Amino acid sequence: MFATLATADFWLMMGRGLLETFYMVVVSTLLAYLIGLPLGLVLAVTDSEGLRPSPVLNKILGTIVNLLRSVPFLIMVFLLNGLTLLIVGTTVGSTAMIVGLVVAAFPFVARLVEGSAREVDRGILEASVSMGASTWQIITKVILPECKPSLINGATVATTTILGYSAMAGILGGGGLGSIAINYGYYRRVPLTMWVAVIILVLLVQLIQELGTRIANRTDKRIR
Amino acid sequence: MSEPIIEIRGLRKTFGQGEAAVTALDGIDLSIEKGEIYGIIGLSGAGKSTLVRCMNLLETPTEGTVRVDGQEITTLSPKELRKARQSITMIFQGFNLLMQRSALDNICFPLELSGTPRKEAIARAQELLKVVGLEDREGAYPAQLSGGQKQRVAIARALATNPKVLLCDEATSALDPTTTQSILALLQELNRSLGVTVVIITHEMKVVEQICGRVAILAESHVVEEGKVSEVFRHPKTAAARQLLMPGSETARETLAQGRAYRITFDGSTAEQPVVSGMVLSCGEPVNILFADMKNIEGKTYGQMLLQLPENEGAAARMLAYLESQHITYTEEEVK
Repeated sequence: MFATLATADFWLMMGRGLLETFYMVVVSTLLAYLIGLPLGLVLAVTDSEGLRPSPVLNKILGTIVNLLRSVPFLIMVFLLNGLTLLIVGTTVGSTAMIVGLVVAAFPFVARLVEGSAREVDRGILEASVSMGASTWQIITKVILPECKPSLINGATVATTTILGYSAMAGILGGGGLGSIAINYGYYRRVPLTMWVAVIILVLLVQLIQELGTRIANRTDKRIR
Repeated sequence: MSEPIIEIRGLRKTFGQGEAAVTALDGIDLSIEKGEIYGIIGLSGAGKSTLVRCMNLLETPTEGTVRVDGQEITTLSPKELRKARQSITMIFQGFNLLMQRSALDNICFPLELSGTPRKEAIARAQELLKVVGLEDREGAYPAQLSGGQKQRVAIARALATNPKVLLCDEATSALDPTTTQSILALLQELNRSLGVTVVIITHEMKVVEQICGRVAILAESHVVEEGKVSEVFRHPKTAAARQLLMPGSETARETLAQGRAYRITFDGSTAEQPVVSGMVLSCGEPVNILFADMKNIEGKTYGQMLLQLPENEGAAARMLAYLESQHITYTEEEVK
């Protein structure tokens, strides 16, 4: 049974799966941050205790985020089939999965960013206002740099979560290591292939987490 | 006389609305002159932090006017206000440095906000680090600096835009006594050399005594006393002022159930003479010292003493006569 491990085809398949997973995770994470980062900052800034309180806007955005976050991931992908077809032209494969991944991840990313932004000491914000900083300057020159280590930690959590989702997407024909694990392990009953795919996923999560923590610690000037 | 650089008229500030509204400041009139070191002292909750925040509009007054350097700041547009804030800077109890920026970059920050070219900003920041005595720590991050060093960086940062007024909100309250002394000395030095007006918010009389020329005492949202530090100290008129100037003297007065209590004020030379001993010896009756304290203001010694005189009317009268003969001022205290 272990003989399959010695075949080039096996590792070619795993390599392909890994690349597809990589592609889905990286693109989805970037797009999720493209939407989630500004959204999270707006949530933090418009809070009643924030720099520019705007209860109505905060409530509307917060409700949308909560709604999106309460839809289970697989249902979300299913519900978004129409949109995916419109954007990508198909509902199967790695690229198609990105649509679902982004929509499922950006509200989560927004909450992570909001949490990081709130960690910035109020006194520092007040001092910035007292020096004549505009709201935009405070966001770009104070909040973002001051919470950078926390943002990086958040991004690590987001990436591993998206990696988990991408594997789940295998059940809907999403491609990547998740597909391999499900197709071989569940449908075709080839446990070895499933286990190899799972082990690669586990190692990936470890790698991302380790890397994220290291970068966050290295950038943090409060530690020393 | 020089003209006021900060002029506050009829200032009122309330937080919240309707029945839950809390009045933090009420009917505040204040004039701070150019180039002076002005103290605002009060117990916590008196409204002093709110008052100083009305001077750079971190808090918007509910009513009243705030003129800084001849400009009414409550009517400025947001853009004009941001510009004005470059000349009314502030330091804080918690230092409030940017934790992810080095000392040098913290000082560059206000210059960066106003669009100063990077090179120029660095040169100015280095010059200011020298002024505050930290030229060898320019690359250090706040986490690597002591409290006193952090406050020095904060002072340098506040001076970067050449302000006319430096507001200090409990700037030494988080520091130990020795560091407090050195920060106060630095503020005094900057006031002399740069001519920057310094407004000091504190709950510590010592801070006011040491460097302020004039003082306002804030109690329960009002300015209860105002004037030269030596005057206010010698003749505190209100209970709030006495509480601040002589912590403990109010308690001593309250414990006195009956009898007559007199508050004796010494100043200058008389403080150095053994007045009470002289009085007791010449009248042959004991007195009860309820409270005594001495302070040094602007190089002169001032003292206050709360005495309970004997029940014997004759002896008490002789003692008061003795005090008058020694040119000592005294006032009878009300006993509850």
